[in-house]
Amino acid sequence: MRLTYPDSIRIIRLPCTGKVDVIHMMEAFQKGADGVYVAGCLEGECHYLTGNLKAKKRVEYTKKLLDEIGVGGERLEMHNIAASDGPRFAEVAKEMHEKIKALGPNPIKGATLNKKAA
Amino acid sequence: MIVAERKPIDEIIGFIKNYKKILLVGCNECVTVCYAGGKKEVGILASALKMAFKKEGKELEIEEVTLERQCDHEYLEEIRSIIDQYEAVVSLACGVGVQFMAEKYFSTPVFPGVNTCFLGVTEASGVWTERCQACGQCILGQTAGICPISRCAKRLLNGPCGGSTNGKCEISKDLDCAWQLIIDRLKELDRLDDYEEIMPIKDWSTERAGGPRKVVREDLKS
Repeated sequence: MRLTYPDSIRIIRLPCTGKVDVIHMMEAFQKGADGVYVAGCLEGECHYLTGNLKAKKRVEYTKKLLDEIGVGGERLEMHNIAASDGPRFAEVAKEMHEKIKALGPNPIKGATLNKKAA
Repeated sequence: MIVAERKPIDEIIGFIKNYKKILLVGCNECVTVCYAGGKKEVGILASALKMAFKKEGKELEIEEVTLERQCDHEYLEEIRSIIDQYEAVVSLACGVGVQFMAEKYFSTPVFPGVNTCFLGVTEASGVWTERCQACGQCILGQTAGICPISRCAKRLLNGPCGGSTNGKCEISKDLDCAWQLIIDRLKELDRLDDYEEIMPIKDWSTERAGGPRKVVREDLKS
């Protein structure tokens, strides 16, 4: 469709968002991601029936965990986009980019940077 | 199985905040089944702790190990060769495993990563409920397989109390009255006569109230 979306997005492809587990989202932040979003099919349209519903629950759990450790659950979101909906994909990418930009960098990077500066 | 729940992260951080190198040990049995301390949860906790430390500008080195069990000598021995490399151990096993670890590795600080809750079953995915209180004198034969010691709020032995309403216990509308369940089942099994037999006063000496307990089998001692 040749739509533009921000270049800050790195895409990790999966057969279904049901494959996403808590540890994957945690490791993304551990490795320095400023924000993560899980884009699954529209609810009720999962090819594997309940994969995106499982992903939604795991995203909720991980958000709480991220709040507990101080990284911030607001950096992680679940989105539902139909596989064929290119414009919505680009729209969500732009929204997430703006949101994470406003939140600032991942705090775990910040602390090490500050310490180096100090 | 033993049902446990992960402790709040800040509590665990409180235990290990002054260490730089720790061993995080999970258990492949009960805590795996209740998603509190198995291999997956060890990985998640390790990631969370590393991030929490990094956020404060500190580094935390964590080695992740999941043993088959932490309540048997042979499995705990598996870490003997590596344990001295670590300043402390956080064990995600139930209270039993944490204590056994502490006994075996006397000079290494051991901290619990989970709160051990009860002996119970997986009623449904994500829901665990208590079934047994390990009273040492099982009466399930007389109560159609439903335990009034663990499932009756008052641990009554001879029928429901006046608070039993519509099959629910008076302490919570989500709690089934154990005696209602027992009577229903005895009816189903055509054994309501068992209900008429009065159970005598329970000998509580085999319960924890009688002191820490021990079981010995002379034929199995080496």
